[in-house]
Formats: sequence, C-alpha cells, structure tokens
Amino acid sequence: MSQADSQALEERRGASAAPGFLIHNEGDHVAVAVQDVQPGRHLAVYMDSEREVTISVLEAIPLGHKVALCDLNEGQAVIEYGLPIGQARRPIQAGQHVHTHNIRSMRWQNSI
Amino acid sequence: MAEQHLSGYRRPDGRVGIRNHVVILPVDDLSNAVCEAVARTVPGTLALPHAYGRLQYGADLELTFRTLAGTGANPNVAAVVVIGIEPNWTQRIVEGIAPSGKPVEGFSIERFGDLKTLEKAARVAQLMLQDASELRREPLAREEVVISIKCGESDTTTGLASCPTVAQVVDRHVQAGGTVIFGETSELTGGEHLIAQRCIDEAVRARFQAMYEDYIREIEASGANLLGSQPTQGNIRGGLSTIEEKALGNIAKTGTVPVVDALEPAQAPTRRGLNFMDSSSAAAEFITLMGAAGAVLHLFPTGQGNIVGHPVVPVIKITANPLTAETMAEHIDLDVSGLLRREYGLREAGDHLMALIDRTINGRLTCAEALGHREFVLTKLYRSA
Repeated sequence: MSQADSQALEERRGASAAPGFLIHNEGDHVAVAVQDVQPGRHLAVYMDSEREVTISVLEAIPLGHKVALCDLNEGQAVIEYGLPIGQARRPIQAGQHVHTHNIRSMRWQNSI
Repeated sequence: MAEQHLSGYRRPDGRVGIRNHVVILPVDDLSNAVCEAVARTVPGTLALPHAYGRLQYGADLELTFRTLAGTGANPNVAAVVVIGIEPNWTQRIVEGIAPSGKPVEGFSIERFGDLKTLEKAARVAQLMLQDASELRREPLAREEVVISIKCGESDTTTGLASCPTVAQVVDRHVQAGGTVIFGETSELTGGEHLIAQRCIDEAVRARFQAMYEDYIREIEASGANLLGSQPTQGNIRGGLSTIEEKALGNIAKTGTVPVVDALEPAQAPTRRGLNFMDSSSAAAEFITLMGAAGAVLHLFPTGQGNIVGHPVVPVIKITANPLTAETMAEHIDLDVSGLLRREYGLREAGDHLMALIDRTINGRLTCAEALGHREFVLTKLYRSA
C-alpha cells in the first residue's frame, strides 16, 4: 500500500462511525463484537479488505464475543482468520451468538 | 544504528541490560529465608525466592540449573549473591553465572546456619550494591535489546488489535537486526503449521515440530478435559471458544519475519531474529524462562487483564479491551482500544508501542514494576525424587 493510499485510509477511518463488529478475513463465518451489541442491524468491517457491511444480529452479543455471519450445519468447520477454529456442535443460524455452547475444538478432543 | 537517545548497561559479556539489579539468588526453597534476610539487611538488593531446587534430577534438574544461572547472567543484573543449602549445587549455579563476567559469589548454609550465612552474604551484597550504583548508562542501539513476547488472559480483542500491535514491533525490531523470543508451545494448536512454514530451514522446522508434538502428546495423554484450563475461564469470558481460536490470536503477535531457531526452555538464543522457545503458556513460568534466556524486556498483550510482572525483566502490558483499560488501568501500560473503534491504524499503534519501549529502556518503570509484581516461577518438568 502506498503512503498516499494509507493516508486516505486513515482519513476514511476517522470519518466513519465506530463499528459494532470487526471481521478478520473475507470468507470468515464469524464477526467479533467490539462493543456490547444489542439485537438489530450493525456495521461490521472486514480487517483485510476494509469492506464495510451491515449485519443482522439476533441476540445480545457481549464485547469480544462472536456472531455467525452465515448458517452453519452441525459438524461444519467454523472459519475465522481464514482458518478453522472449531466445529459446530449443533446447527447455528446467521445472527446467533457463537461460543462454547455451540462450537468446540476440532483439535483437542479432550477440550469439551 | 545507535540511537542517541537510548541508554542501558553494557555488561562484561557485551550483552545489554536496561535495569541494574543486584540479585540474591536462592539455589533451593530452603535458602529463600536467608536470601530474603540479606535483601532486608541491604535494601536495594533483590531476593528471588522460588519453590524448588531439592531432589530434582535429570532434565528437570538441568532446567532448574539453567533457569537459575541464566537469570543471574541476565544483563539486567549487575551482580549476584548465590545461596544454597549445600556447597556443590551452589557452586554449579555460581559457575553458570561466571561466564557473564559480572561479580558473583556463592554461600552455602550447612555447617554455618542462617545467621552466619546472613552476615557473610550481606557484607558481599553491600559491596556489590555500592559498586553497581557506580555503573553508568551508556548509549545503545535499540536492536541490542533482546525482547520476549507472550500474551495472557487473552480474548478476541487480543487477536484483533493488541497482538497485531506487538507484531508491528516484532517485524521492525527483527528487520533492524534485533532478537525476539516467542513460545507457548501448546497455544499454537490450530496454527502450528503457520509457524512451521516460517521456519528458516528444515533443521529448525524439524526441531520445532518435534517440540510441538511432544508437548501435545503429553497434554493428550493426561486425558483431562482442558476446557476452562486451555482456553482459560478468562479467555472464555472474553469470547474465545477454542484452543484454535486462541492460537490464531496468539500467533498474530509474531509478525511476518522468519523463525530462525527453535530453543530448549531457558536456552539463550544465538541467532539474531525471531526465535521460538519450547515453553509453557503460563505467564510467570514463561517470562521466567525468557529472562533466563537473556530477554531484558517483555511485551505482554492482554485482553481480560493478566497482571503478571517479573523481578528482573520489565513487562509492558498492552490491551485493546476498553473494559480492561478502564477497570484495570493501573496494570495497563498502553491502551490500543482505539484500534477497535477505528480511530487509528496498526502502524500508528506500533509507533506508540515503540515510543513506550524506548522510555522503558531508558528507565521508566512499567506498571508491573511500580506495583511490585515480581513473579519468579520455575518450570517443573516432572515430580522430584
């Protein structure tokens, strides 16, 4: 990225409102709440592409917790950082809270 | 490039320190009491009590010796009094510190008792402290400062912001010719292939992979349910759901530079660049191993608010969690929660951290130093005989 580009980026950042969510990578299945978020429509920003999107949230999501960006089937790998962070324990709907109650480690079978 | 405005203590072995402690080092748990008595008698010296050093054997004993000798040899230390219950192991620690060229003297308690040992050791400690007080800071280049990195009580804000801020420093420091050490073997799970890909050659990659697989085999063999331990209860409260998610945030602080070596626990790096060390992810154990390897400054991103410090290695805490920055402000050296609000970018956050590192090198106390956090915890590989 050129210096002019990054300067323009910094200015755009300053101009936009603080987002409710950040998303690590395009293609991720989850967004991370960067403030306590109530159900409703919220601004989310992809950190790799800077793309801004509006997402619908079905449940209250505490700061730091994740929301599903798409429907996930039971057993499906959950993608964050562009990589699997675990698998769905049960079907998860877009907009639902994603945490230990509905996903689990794929790597440590004794981390349940 | 010598930075005119940075200064530290150049030790006889050429390594550079940013603090100037006179340490009273127990070889074993039994010697803590007299070491603490020496430090009370000669205020300004620093006792490092710990829980082990008796009836250990094999690799576990070697690690304890390496950790104690390495801590004494750390460039943040000007001189060392070593005290053990018996003379042989005491002498081993003295001989382990001696190659650093700094003043070191050993005392053993058997045949003397605590009180005679206190007098003899305090007389030496007094002279060491007076001599150390005459050492002057000299100009140094930032890249001479060996930095270690580890995050703790992580949450998702760590992977989003505070770890990437540290990554800015790691890349800049290594590109300038400096050395950084990371580790947390089990906490790479889910992203260990990313580290393996960055190993500089096949030999380093093979060593890294063997260390990783050994550690995981040991954890899995326990058969225990790790949820709540790894990730921790604090991690889970902060939104981290699995070890893989925690690992990817953890790895975000290692930057983009190659991994030049895979070190045994407490082993001093010999290659400039980013070094991996096989290590526990428990904060105090980790920083103790890093200090023993010669790290003189530690960068510690935290989410939910780990408060760890170390007696010899200043620990800089960085958080992006606004709740932690507000409720635990006395523990947080740098608040980068503005990254989450998109108020500034990573490069600027990295600039802020670099500026704080420079002030810390020059002597500004970190929050953990000011609050007296002196966690010194030996890594135990297995139970004693």
